[in-house]
Amino acid sequence: MSMNVIRKCFGIICIFYVATLFTPLAVSGEESVTVTVGSKKFTESVILGEIVSHLAEDKALKPVHRRELGGTRVLWSALLKGEIDIYPEYTGTISREIFAGLGIENEEEIRRALSEKGIRMTGPLGFNNTYVIGMRADVARKLGIRKISDLRNHPELSLGFGNEFMDRGDGWPSLKERYSLPQKDVRGMDHDLAYRGLQSGDIDAMDLYATDAEIQYYKLQTLTDDLSHFPEYNALILYRADLEARAPGIISALSRLEGLISEPEMILMNARAKLDRIPESKIAADFLAARLSLDAEAHGETVMSRFWQHTYEHLFLVCISLIAAIGVSIPLGIIAAKKTKLGQIILGFVGIIQTIPSLALLVFMIPLLGIGGPPAIAALFLYSLLPIVRNTYTGIHDIPLHIRESSEAIGLSAGARLRIVEVPMASSSILAGIKTSAVINVGTATLGALIGAGGYGQPILTGIRLDDVGLILQGALPAALLALFVQGAFEIAERMLVPRGLRLKSMA
Amino acid sequence: MIELNNVTKTFGQTQALQSVTLTCSGGKTTVLIGPSGCGKSTLLRLIIGLTEQDSGTVTFDGVPVAPNNVFSLRRKMGYVIQEGGLFPHLTARRNITVMAGYLKWNADRIEERLDELLELTQFPHDGLDRFPLQLSGGQQQRVSLMRALMLDPSVLLLDEPLGALDPMIRADLQEELKEIFQALKKTVILVTHDIGEACYFGDEVVLLREGTIIQKGTPEDLVFAPVDPFVTHFINAQRSPLENVRAQ
Repeated sequence: MSMNVIRKCFGIICIFYVATLFTPLAVSGEESVTVTVGSKKFTESVILGEIVSHLAEDKALKPVHRRELGGTRVLWSALLKGEIDIYPEYTGTISREIFAGLGIENEEEIRRALSEKGIRMTGPLGFNNTYVIGMRADVARKLGIRKISDLRNHPELSLGFGNEFMDRGDGWPSLKERYSLPQKDVRGMDHDLAYRGLQSGDIDAMDLYATDAEIQYYKLQTLTDDLSHFPEYNALILYRADLEARAPGIISALSRLEGLISEPEMILMNARAKLDRIPESKIAADFLAARLSLDAEAHGETVMSRFWQHTYEHLFLVCISLIAAIGVSIPLGIIAAKKTKLGQIILGFVGIIQTIPSLALLVFMIPLLGIGGPPAIAALFLYSLLPIVRNTYTGIHDIPLHIRESSEAIGLSAGARLRIVEVPMASSSILAGIKTSAVINVGTATLGALIGAGGYGQPILTGIRLDDVGLILQGALPAALLALFVQGAFEIAERMLVPRGLRLKSMA
Repeated sequence: MIELNNVTKTFGQTQALQSVTLTCSGGKTTVLIGPSGCGKSTLLRLIIGLTEQDSGTVTFDGVPVAPNNVFSLRRKMGYVIQEGGLFPHLTARRNITVMAGYLKWNADRIEERLDELLELTQFPHDGLDRFPLQLSGGQQQRVSLMRALMLDPSVLLLDEPLGALDPMIRADLQEELKEIFQALKKTVILVTHDIGEACYFGDEVVLLREGTIIQKGTPEDLVFAPVDPFVTHFINAQRSPLENVRAQ
């Protein structure tokens, strides 16, 4: 083969390669359509999300699964905003939480209320994942408790409920009222952690999801809802109405799920994920293969590829938010030091931001910026302001008067004074502020996973859900190491950036 | 040269200066003296525009000192203060040349001027690369003086320039400073509370009390022709206790 032919072949391969890269953009039709699937931060929701993703893939769509996006409120507003297209939900949650107070009861009313918002739903998938109140069987037997109303006679019991259950429309406040429950020691906690609290005896009763695999595993006694407080929580899939035009294939595929999943089947799938630690993607693929003869491919990721992905996401969140915060905070700190009145307002304002709980701030950002990276970056940016503004202010404010006046008296303009004298003299303080912000930022960024921003928080979140310490460490260790690294990097930067004259001890 | 006409300045309730009128003539050394809080430093700060008078005018070569021209006027004045006011993050060299650099003088011109100043102030060349904290108090004041003189201003303002130094160094530096003033033939206004220092430097001495000028004249005038008992009282208050030792 002559050189020429090789060159020609190579050229053709290149063209093909480039062409395939652009195919999804070039070819119109369903092939190129991306469908974003959301799931809540509990295992069943993640499995259902995976099932939907496999179905979408089978229809030649490009599914993106935003896993473990937090609670109902986050998912629902993301769906309304079009941040996600599809997510699994429960009838009881729709009627009692999303449309709480509207008196919506049956499926038809739900369907109508949803469609007013531009949302459609599939028929029920077949299982009812209602809330139940559960206790350790031995404790329940000893106290003779079989029904929820029996709890009335035991005011001393301590209860631990999932955070969402604590204040949702159908949660603890209305349950307490319905049954006139006297318990005073009631705590909100993560649902997956509550199981461990129940096991260790820290709490005596908790809210369970009827399809939780742990009920059998921990041999829990479920208490009869004798006053029928809880409605039915039939699982179904919600999707945006515009999907019917955008990706009609997925609608018919979703309808194949109706009535397909029985309660024992769902419990089994949950058990495989939580007890056998089988990846949700594999469980979903197995289910579809068995029930719909669908040849879905489970997506496995290696630990390393996941690690790099999380590292990339985490650094992305931290770097963008921190750089933006530095760019804004230093000028703000300078203004605060120069203008007394405006300074008080600035310092007060950034101080107030700092008092907003980080989780709340993240959720506040969702209506403005949706889910994922942007709201997390915005929240981290706001959190990073105070230390830098404060330290810039202090650094400049504390420059001795005689030095400040000398710089004025020798004839430097205000801008030159800032550049030549004030900022260099405050540099040590400003850098310390940036260092504090960076370290806090690295830690706080782990919460970004709750609203779909990924990062080291993702394995922590999944680890808590699956009670997998190894997985938690996959997020917690790198986050801690990154914080230490940032700390060290800034100490080196300090040596390089702070003028030597400021680091000297006086001769005297 | 520098004229103050009916200048009044108050800080909150306190009157720092009450309708002060004063002319400091060119090429002469005028010393402002008086007890603490008499307004002598405020007067100096008004001239260089670090504070603004409530009423009256301050003129420099016939031009009123105002916020719009204060930057250009400051470059015609050198200012030295007790604490030195040196920038701790810059070497002695950078402290001295910062303004020349800002005005984009070329390197040769800067080096030339620097050499002149080193000779004038007897400052060692190798000290230029030290930071202020690595210099003694006397050396710091020499650097401060060089910085004030770098742009070759026509007026030199000094606010207690030797106040923070110990007595031996102070005496040496007094002598040197006087020689420098004589060599430069600039208009010098110096603030001190030490009557000995005032008489040593001053072609004219201005004694202030509570924001008003009590007497203005040569040192001899103040000693031998006081216009107010306060003048004599102020001078006697600083008589050296050593005189008593000698008397015994």
